[in-house]
Amino acid sequence: MSNGVDLFDLSQKEREAQAAYRRHVLCCGSTACLSGGAQATQDAIEAEIKERGLEQDVRVVATGCMGLCSRGPLVKVRTRGEDDVLYADVDADAGRRIVDEHVADGQPVADGQLSLQHPFFARQERVVLENMGEIDPNRIEEYIARGGYRALRDAVTTMTPAGVIEVVQRSGLRGRGGGGYPAGTKWGLLAKAQSDHKTVIANGDEGDPGAYMDRTVMEDDPHRVLEGMALAAYATGAKHGYIYVRAEYPVAVRRLEQAIRQAKRHKLLGKGLFGTEFEFNVEIRIGAGAFVCGEETALMASIMGQRGTPVLRPPYPTERGLWGEPSMINNVETLANVPTILRRGAEWFASIGTDTSRGTKVFALAGKLENTGLIEVPMGITLREIVEEIGGGVAGGKAFKAAQTGGPSGGCIPIKHIDTSMDYDSLLALGSIMGSGGLIVMDEDVAMPEVARFFMRFCMDESCGKCLPCRAGTFEMYELLDAICEGRATAANLARLETLCDVVRTDSLCGLGQTAPNPVLSTLHYFRDEYEARVVPDTVAAAVAADAGGASAHERSA
Amino acid sequence: MSVAAGPGAAGATPDRAPVRPDDDPRAALLEKQLKKVRYRADALIEVLHAVQDIYGFLSPEVLHTVADELELPPSRVLGVATFYHLFSFEPRGEHTCTVCTGTACFVKGADALIEGVSEAFGVAKGETREDGKLSLLEARCIGSCGLAPVALLDAAVVAKTTPEALVAAIRKVGVNGEAVADDAADATAGSDEGGAA
Repeated sequence: MSNGVDLFDLSQKEREAQAAYRRHVLCCGSTACLSGGAQATQDAIEAEIKERGLEQDVRVVATGCMGLCSRGPLVKVRTRGEDDVLYADVDADAGRRIVDEHVADGQPVADGQLSLQHPFFARQERVVLENMGEIDPNRIEEYIARGGYRALRDAVTTMTPAGVIEVVQRSGLRGRGGGGYPAGTKWGLLAKAQSDHKTVIANGDEGDPGAYMDRTVMEDDPHRVLEGMALAAYATGAKHGYIYVRAEYPVAVRRLEQAIRQAKRHKLLGKGLFGTEFEFNVEIRIGAGAFVCGEETALMASIMGQRGTPVLRPPYPTERGLWGEPSMINNVETLANVPTILRRGAEWFASIGTDTSRGTKVFALAGKLENTGLIEVPMGITLREIVEEIGGGVAGGKAFKAAQTGGPSGGCIPIKHIDTSMDYDSLLALGSIMGSGGLIVMDEDVAMPEVARFFMRFCMDESCGKCLPCRAGTFEMYELLDAICEGRATAANLARLETLCDVVRTDSLCGLGQTAPNPVLSTLHYFRDEYEARVVPDTVAAAVAADAGGASAHERSA
Repeated sequence: MSVAAGPGAAGATPDRAPVRPDDDPRAALLEKQLKKVRYRADALIEVLHAVQDIYGFLSPEVLHTVADELELPPSRVLGVATFYHLFSFEPRGEHTCTVCTGTACFVKGADALIEGVSEAFGVAKGETREDGKLSLLEARCIGSCGLAPVALLDAAVVAKTTPEALVAAIRKVGVNGEAVADDAADATAGSDEGGAA
């Protein structure tokens, strides 16, 4: 199976095999649905199908994430010549009923149906997630049957490496990990570097609390990540790749390991790929719980088995990276865009999104909304459309207060900016960032100083300790925020907090420290009254502190 | 240390106390992992994960063994081990309740979950109860944000939970509240004492 014809054969065979079934029951087997009991649902469905002797006619597939995690377990029934029917909140009993009535008798069950015209689905545009909820992530055949590895084959056999970079450049794809650096430019830098030991690295260290886009891509469409990496390797002249995955994502690690084995077996990884000289191998490296390892240089230190402390850039990894050799780090979602861009063309990709933010963005939509889950939307969609249409509005009839993007490095967008376009530049202008894709909606009950304290505690805990501004600064900012939240901070404390924000932002070594003040700055900017309302006179602060048996924040930091 | 770790050695009963370190089946398992990474120093983090899987935590003795085997200074091994949050230097409790404190869970009340479990079972955050029955831990984000707030009870996800429901789930796996006087030794230990453990 070393050439493209075989790939086509495999795809054809798989499609024919699938077409032989009259119905397909797609059961969401993603982490979220599994924790809602999806395994029991699937078992019940399979048992019922067996009992009725329908196995020849009906195929049950455990797919990846269907998106609407808050309504899981989700089950989709697909029948030849009919529209798909999606069921929500399917427990084992409901699963049996779906088999009895819909699968066996062709009468869709009335309750529990969720229209696929629902804005949650209809407003999305799926590029990165195009296979989610459609394929069994354990089978390479299904990825190939949906056009997988064809972009790699065509690139390796018909395009020059420079040609591939040109397409990526022209597509306007920017890094999806937060910074938004143009992917084609980065690829060009590695391509230019002179070395026989170049490396491409997929950054799957998704540390932003409240985000699980990359996890879902790695778990539910692992071959897409491998194909994206192989394309990057071909374009840049790298022979080796690493996927750095958080240890908190054991399923992603397992699925990627399996995908690597399958790809090697089908000669889609290894030496002499597609009958050419091109060779590429991938290894998985597992993190051990350190947010700072999402930073490029810290991530590379961790891959080399060291403490994940960042170093100054330049030199950039594309000049001097892993073991001193040129390396390039791309976020998982960035790489996952590439196969589709190559397959469908730079122009098609560039037609989605805004002038400066092309394509789509995957968001983990969470917080106090009616619908939460994983969504992929064209950039340029407004926050209001996401919150009100896709998210179904704030849960429980409460009022929208703010949306947080970018996690501990980002900021809050208040109601007055709810019509903002969701793209790199607009979010930056509002004092937030696109970030990796966490999007958490807060209602009127959430106190903003407490949100800032939450993120600062995170940054304090995760500061690697190498540079003083971040190590001591995040600690002191946390103490001050704690004092503010607990009503023992004075106006002087608040002023000091603002000064510290400046110091930590400008003087920290890496992105973690430089962006750690963002949640404070943005909440101060939009919700200053909440901070001021909690500030107390000196005498009160001292009394509260004495009551709590400790020194007041004022004494400690004045 | 012996490198002869066949599959037979790996399958030996892990419960029996080792007579000599070389007879400890866990040592054989570790050797197998070391072989798998070809004793490469850059695989230190993988090796530490393996140690934690095999032994449950990182003891000074095993860390020294790792340093010897990978030909690294012990300071480097300890430095790396202490840098990452997931490595534990003490044995965990029989059951572990890990409350997710990611942003989505924070917004939906993760603090109340921790408080609820802490009070009901007399175990402080980040600690293991004195009787070794329960550890209460925090996780950064387990990526089930659509189901917030969530906790992990051993390996099972407890989704969209409440303090009451989580406490009930922990009782169900066989952990009793310290306040319950069904164990004479525990009866005197109030919920405050867990904090000092």
